[in-house]
Amino acid sequence: MNVRVYITPKKGILDPQGVTIERALPALGFAGVSGVRVGKFIELSLDADGLSAEQARAQVDEMCRKLLANPIIEDFTFEVDEGA
Amino acid sequence: MTTGAQRLIRFGVVVFPGSNCDTDAYHAITTFAGAGVDYLWHKDTDLRGVDAVILPGGFSYGDYLRCGAIARFSPIMQAVTEFAEAGGLVIGICNGFQILLEAGLLPGAMLRNTGLKFVCRYVNLRVETADTPFTSACREGELLRIVVKHNEGNYTADPETLARMNENGQIVLRYADARGRLTPEANPNGAVENIAGVCNERRNVFGMMPHPENSVEARLAGGADGRKIFQAMIDSLVLQEATR
Repeated sequence: MNVRVYITPKKGILDPQGVTIERALPALGFAGVSGVRVGKFIELSLDADGLSAEQARAQVDEMCRKLLANPIIEDFTFEVDEGA
Repeated sequence: MTTGAQRLIRFGVVVFPGSNCDTDAYHAITTFAGAGVDYLWHKDTDLRGVDAVILPGGFSYGDYLRCGAIARFSPIMQAVTEFAEAGGLVIGICNGFQILLEAGLLPGAMLRNTGLKFVCRYVNLRVETADTPFTSACREGELLRIVVKHNEGNYTADPETLARMNENGQIVLRYADARGRLTPEANPNGAVENIAGVCNERRNVFGMMPHPENSVEARLAGGADGRKIFQAMIDSLVLQEATR
C-alpha cells in the first residue's frame, strides 16, 4: 500500500517559516495570502500482506504517533492507497 | 567524616552518530579532580555503572525528521530511561536536551528558533532555582555566562504544563540580560518565558540548551561558569554516597 503522511504544526504553535513565506509572497505580486504554515510530507510503502485495511491504517497511525510526528507540536493525517 | 580516599564519581557521555560535543563534555569532566568519565556508545545496552549520564550536543542522526527524534530510540536510551526512573542523574545538553524531550523524560518540545537563524553567541543564564542537583552550586538569581549554538532551541510547552512546571520549580535556567532581566533581546531563540533549562518533577533529569562544557576553564575565553553545573552533580553524588 502506498501511504502519504502529512505533518503540520499544531494550531497555536508559532511557525516562523510560514510567517516568512507569507511576507515574501506580496513582494512577488501575490496578494491576499494568509495562514501560511509549513509542514512535512512523508511517503512510504507498506507491505500489507495479511493485513486488513484497518490494521494497515492502525500501523500507520502508530508510526505517526511514535516517530513521524511529535504530538506535542504537530498534527498528522495520512492517506492509504489500498489498491496499490 | 572522611573514611579514606573518596572514590571517583563516574560520568558517562553517550555518543550518538552525529554527536559532536561529546569530546568537549568528556574533556570538561577530566578537569574535575573528583570525577572520572567514560564514553557510552549509543548501541550499548548498559551504562557500565556510571553515576551520572551526559547526553551531549551535536546533530545526532543529522537532526533528521526532528532533532533527537531518532536518537531517542537508540538502544542505550532504554538503559538511560531505567537509570532516570531509578533516580539517576541525567543531564542533556543542547541536542541531549532535545533527545530527552523526544524521549518524554522531560516535558515540552523544541521548535526552530523564531529568527530562523543558527545562533552562536554567549548568553546570560539566570538561575531560577538552586534546588536541583545541577544548580545547587549556584545561588538563586545568579547569572551564568555560557554559550549557545543552535537552530532549534525554541522551547515550548502548553499553558497547563508551563503553569505546573512553574509551580513545581521545574524551570531551572532562563535567558536574561546582564542585569538579570528576562528581556526579548536576551532570548536567542524565542523560547517561551525565556526558558533555557528545565528539570523533571523528580529533579534528577535536566536539560539545557546552552553548553556548560565549553565554560570550564577560567583561563580560556569561555570562562568557567559552566563548572558549577558539573560540580553540583559531583557534590550531590558524593553526598548521596556519604549518606548511604
